[in-house]
Amino acid sequence: MPEIHMPKLSDTMTEGTVVAWKKKKGEEVAAGDVIAEIETDKATMEWESPEEGVLTEIFVEEGGKVNVGDKLAFIGEKGGAGPAEEVKEEKSKDAGPPPKETAPKPETETEMPAPAAEQEEETAPPQGEPQTPKSAAAQKKPDVPQPKSDAPPRASGEARTKASPLARRLAAEQGVDISSLKGTGPEGRITESDVRSAAKSKGSAPAQERAPEKISAGEGARIHLSGMRKVIAERLVASKGPVPHFYLHIEINAGPLMTARAELKSAGEGSDTAKITVNDFVLKAAVQAAVKVPQANASFDEDAIVQYSDVNLAVAVALEEGLVTPVIPAAQTKTLREISEAVKDLAHRARNKRMKPEEFQGGTFTVSNLGSYGIDHFSAIINPPQGFILSIGAITKKPVVDDCDSIAVGERMSIGMSCDHRVIDGALGAEYLKELRHLLENPSLLLI
Amino acid sequence: MREITYRLALNEALAEELERDPNVFLMGEEVAQYNGAYKVSQGLLDRFGPQRIIDTPISENGFAGMGVGAAMVGLRPIIEFMTFSFSLVAFDQVVNNAPNMLTMSGGQFNIPITFRGPNGPAHQLGATHSHATECLYANFPGLKICTPATPRDAKGLLKTAVRDDNPVLVLESELLYSSKGPVEPIEQELLIPLGQAELKREGRDVTIICYAQTVPLALAAAEALEEEEISAEVLDLRSIKPLDLPAILTSVAKTHRVVVVEQDRPYCGIGAEICFRIQNDIFDELDAPIARVSQEDVPMPYNERLEQAVLPSAEKLIAAVKKICYA
Repeated sequence: MPEIHMPKLSDTMTEGTVVAWKKKKGEEVAAGDVIAEIETDKATMEWESPEEGVLTEIFVEEGGKVNVGDKLAFIGEKGGAGPAEEVKEEKSKDAGPPPKETAPKPETETEMPAPAAEQEEETAPPQGEPQTPKSAAAQKKPDVPQPKSDAPPRASGEARTKASPLARRLAAEQGVDISSLKGTGPEGRITESDVRSAAKSKGSAPAQERAPEKISAGEGARIHLSGMRKVIAERLVASKGPVPHFYLHIEINAGPLMTARAELKSAGEGSDTAKITVNDFVLKAAVQAAVKVPQANASFDEDAIVQYSDVNLAVAVALEEGLVTPVIPAAQTKTLREISEAVKDLAHRARNKRMKPEEFQGGTFTVSNLGSYGIDHFSAIINPPQGFILSIGAITKKPVVDDCDSIAVGERMSIGMSCDHRVIDGALGAEYLKELRHLLENPSLLLI
Repeated sequence: MREITYRLALNEALAEELERDPNVFLMGEEVAQYNGAYKVSQGLLDRFGPQRIIDTPISENGFAGMGVGAAMVGLRPIIEFMTFSFSLVAFDQVVNNAPNMLTMSGGQFNIPITFRGPNGPAHQLGATHSHATECLYANFPGLKICTPATPRDAKGLLKTAVRDDNPVLVLESELLYSSKGPVEPIEQELLIPLGQAELKREGRDVTIICYAQTVPLALAAAEALEEEEISAEVLDLRSIKPLDLPAILTSVAKTHRVVVVEQDRPYCGIGAEICFRIQNDIFDELDAPIARVSQEDVPMPYNERLEQAVLPSAEKLIAAVKKICYA
């Protein structure tokens, strides 16, 4: 029978929250119908039914969070021929208040103390096992004050931690608290690889491992990590630890850029050209520079450096609870206007959690701009496996020495480039930045 | 090394043992005049004469019993069953008289007998002629059971069986008779001890435990899995009893995952015993439940497609491996 489980909607997803059910219990669903909205570590997504039939059971209420692979709902056959569960459901409704929807359904009926209404069905044990008087007595027992069907024997959250024997042994050896782990095996089973990766990350971030929710002396509050915060933490540790960073820094003359932007704004009054921002120019220039210096559009892959044919531009977008880096794929094919539109759309949808997981994947480098936060200069951490990240600062007025050796008021923008030294050497980074400077100081080049 | 067929390897083993010890003789249906139903005894009648290569009527219970009696008086009979499905007619002789005589006679009579012949499903033999009997016989104390999968193992194990002073079953495979493989030169004595498994392929991620006809199956699956970056180790048990437990445990402790692929049926099959031993001895080495691939628990259909559906297959094996590798 099609029991449906929490889907793995992104590479890094380990658990998901049911934001809303789009179908009600008892409603017919076709394969492909949206039946629920699921929040992953990255986005809220509409989730389509993998099965056709009738949504006969919902195990996780709206707002409920469960591991990937845990059961969410049950889709029975149309007309209710198949699922004995459905019949049972009806019966228990007659008998009293309906069971809580979070209560797990017994896998096999024989294991559970059954409500009185079902006794007739239960007396014939499956597979013709000889029915000893003892087992008959055991089944009669429920004459004693009866657990009603709304009192499930065990709540799903209290299930014992499932771990393979090897995982348990390794966890004990390496001092990993197995109950703190999320299993990636079937039904969330913790396996060898889960313990090994936990032990590894424990080495680099020991404080994170034992995180008692209790506030200890001196602490104002403990904010439980959201899925996104966990991913941010994991990804950045995975970057700054093994990826050998180095940093380049230039300051460019942003005067022409400001002029170009001002011209577009006034000349395009009322049209969407007026909405093109300085950051759009920077993104376009970053992409074009990567086309000119394709060796930089690359990443490190154990025994090879992979150069990408497309420039898939990742853009850091700040959200209330963290940040995400949606990707503009094949950005080298897009005009300044198209990039501007794409980034606005992505940022808007990212803030509203309306992105698909594939829209976060495959970036070849990232641009992070903290200029609007008043940051002059910073060095971002690479988003692996990308080869570099650009850190764009604010445009500020500064005294500069001009071509005639006199001091003048200049508009300057600081650009940092953090490089993975395994992929990009200093000279290559410098070549890229030289190209970037050339484009940004001659912004008309970005319009063609 | 020369390559010969499984059939010829058995023939050489018989000839060498008949040559070596005048007390050895071969008895069974069609073994003499017809040179064996599967030509395993080709040329032996001409070479050793009708005193030692003996055709019997269709009477398994009779000639198996004669073999036990001959063994009691000091001969070393080799009893051929045209198929081990027919040994069921002689079940009492094989499981009652042969293995119990030593202890029930207070050690007066040991029974140096070899029962041999093809065992397990072949191709469209129907329900009554397709039995894989290893799990039945393995249940009886006093019987030793080997299941050669290669020509080399067939020769080395059969010769060892003939020299054993107690009853040994050599369970051959009809489907392997024509398969070829490297075997030591004829002048070189080849004896493979009972109770020694052999690693037929090394791997890291999963151990596939197999024997007899499931060895080529396991090797083919391991090759296919390699393409999906799952490295499978293939351990050929060679002997069902005594079982080479150390070899099993060593491999499992290395890979942490096991699939047993067996040619018998699932209920109380060989795999069930192996699963028990592994979890009993090295529970903490397991990273996944032990999987089994066997026949389906039904009488063997004659229909070819249905037969394929009932038999263990490379597809079923690959699916089982992936499941426990969480792949």
